[in-house]
Amino acid sequence: MRLHIKGGRVVDPASARDAVGDVYAADGKIAEEFSRADRVIDAKGLVVAPGFIDLSARLREPGYEYKATLESEMDAAVAGGVTSLACPPDTDPPLDEPGLVDMLRRRAKALSRARVYPLGALTVKLRGEALTEMAELGEAGCVAFSQGNVPLRDTQLLWRALQYAATFGYPVWLRAEDAWLAKDGVSHDGEVATRLGLAGIPSFAETIALGTILELVRATRARVHVCRLSTAGAVEMMRHAKQEGLPVSCDVAIHHLHLCDMDLGYFDSHCRLEPPLRSQRDRDALARGLAEGAVDCLCSDHTPVDEDGKHLPFAEAEPGATGLELLLPLTLKWGAAHKLPLAVTLARMTSDPARILGVATGRIVTGAPADLAIFDPGAAVRVTAESLKSQGKNTPFLGYEFAGRVRYTVVAGNVVYEG
Amino acid sequence: MQRNPQLNAHGELQHLLSIEGLPREVLVQILDTAESFVGVTEREVKKVPLLRGKSVFNLFFEPSTRTRTTFEIAAKRLSADVINLNIALSSQTKGESLLDTVANLSAMQADIFVVRHNSSGAPYLIARNVKPHEHVVNAGDGRHAHPTQGLLDLYTIRHYKKEFTRLTVAIVGDILHSRVARSLIHGLTTLGAPEVRVIGPQTLLPSGVEALGVRVFHDMRAGLKDCDVIVMLRLQNERMDGTLLPSAQEFFKHYGLTGAKLSLAKPDAIVMHPGPMNRGVEIDSTVADGPHAVILPQVTFGIAVRMAVMSIVAGN
Repeated sequence: MRLHIKGGRVVDPASARDAVGDVYAADGKIAEEFSRADRVIDAKGLVVAPGFIDLSARLREPGYEYKATLESEMDAAVAGGVTSLACPPDTDPPLDEPGLVDMLRRRAKALSRARVYPLGALTVKLRGEALTEMAELGEAGCVAFSQGNVPLRDTQLLWRALQYAATFGYPVWLRAEDAWLAKDGVSHDGEVATRLGLAGIPSFAETIALGTILELVRATRARVHVCRLSTAGAVEMMRHAKQEGLPVSCDVAIHHLHLCDMDLGYFDSHCRLEPPLRSQRDRDALARGLAEGAVDCLCSDHTPVDEDGKHLPFAEAEPGATGLELLLPLTLKWGAAHKLPLAVTLARMTSDPARILGVATGRIVTGAPADLAIFDPGAAVRVTAESLKSQGKNTPFLGYEFAGRVRYTVVAGNVVYEG
Repeated sequence: MQRNPQLNAHGELQHLLSIEGLPREVLVQILDTAESFVGVTEREVKKVPLLRGKSVFNLFFEPSTRTRTTFEIAAKRLSADVINLNIALSSQTKGESLLDTVANLSAMQADIFVVRHNSSGAPYLIARNVKPHEHVVNAGDGRHAHPTQGLLDLYTIRHYKKEFTRLTVAIVGDILHSRVARSLIHGLTTLGAPEVRVIGPQTLLPSGVEALGVRVFHDMRAGLKDCDVIVMLRLQNERMDGTLLPSAQEFFKHYGLTGAKLSLAKPDAIVMHPGPMNRGVEIDSTVADGPHAVILPQVTFGIAVRMAVMSIVAGN
């Protein structure tokens, strides 16, 4: 397939390129100009960007096919312009065996939509008792090791895990949450939780756990990516850790950039998320930290939940929100609010996550994999259950209208989505 | 932000879910209506026909004797048919979802659902999913709200103190887990009580409680000084596992209401308790049975208040 994308505004954050021009793809890679294309896409008025890279998207396979299937979620990914995604290991069974990882990758590959990068389980069955065979899992295609949202209470084991991972150079992705302080909690410990009578998770559940992680990184020099920060305090700690030169990075989920605990309203179970939505101050600090680079990138934290899982009282509802198809509009909204150049805005979901994943995508340069998202930044998108391709219709943004519509998604030079 | 889900398009009470967010006029309307029903409960024929032909379903997902009974009495005095469902023992344990249970009962022609649930916000979920002519009355959800208890507390205070605008009210004990405290605080601040105090150890106070408009005291003697109204909260037995408090004895020593501590309040102070009481844990028997206590009148007023609430929502 020889593809010619004509006359679009080409924005490549990695090279700071932002100019109207043409992009060519041949044999799955970005190519130099050629004359005989199999297909020409007229991108006039559209932005041509590297395909988006999402560092946290749950595909619900294996084990939770009633909530979503690989087919539905891969459709959602490319409809959202996402061409690569990392999926956490908290499936059922968890991704702790090479066979499971291999099957997931092969199933994903057969669908030939987005590229899937599985995160292997850090501990067997995610139980936090024994390390997994990281080398085997790495060979099967795991790019890093993680506990997903399952807490690892045993700090000695966490220390050992980081030592072992550092020995072989595997990155470890962790959420920072002290399991004891978070016990039974379902919302940010503050005024709103007090008013609603919901059990709270204090901000220091995150900062204490992050303090532990950073101290262990200092000791082991393991490469650690901290997933989904939720507090202002954690943003500051990450800023200092990077200044110190620790091999750490972090991300924030789109929901936490735009929502806070006030949005729980009258017990809206769509706002039941992990980590919880915190205060306005935290939300603003996360958004600012992302703009300034203390937070490296954004993720959708895509978590499809079936209706029964949300039609429950707040505390009993299953946490999570669908996000793949909201990643672009919510990122653009954040970038506009901070008056960032488009290349900087898009970097947070292209070149920055590519660096963390260690992949060659996320840039538009000759020879790089031809993964592209072509979108209309001004076109309105209304979020409705019908408009979402994901099987999960669970989002606090149902009914909202945003700007930013994906028109074409290209993976390895093939057009995998047209909207 | 969504419209307050307990008010209809005309700003009238469609459901009673929480005292928070209710306009002062609605609270006063309920208290005034309750006053008119107090007479009924003292008559020989204690019935009025306001809810004749209507069905009230008592949906208790959490065990309760007192609240369920007073709702039942209130509904019967309004001539309604009352159906008691002790869900804690039936369908929930069979795996039926909350909304399926409600849908099934709705098919049996319910008019009012009186709901108690151990999860904060459950009555909101039900209210969002019932038919337009059906009404939901929250009889206690998790730690969130117990609005009829709050209203009967307000009624009791108004009965003895006439008005709210000069009162100092102290609420003592386990504020963290108390839906009664939250409802009463919202009611008092809406009706203009100038000083509402909460008294308890840090482990039993929710974070940011000051934002509800209260003053926080950890020293009960300081907190009771010059109070007009003292509301003692029940300390649940399950709080006594040693993680929030070392022992019931130590709690009583610091936060139990004794005659000596009561003497720090105003001479005409009233002592309230939502029941059931733990004598010797949060309140001394001499106080519970003494001249300042208005604990039994609270129960009587509770019936009138629940009659008022059900008749008002059914009429809107």
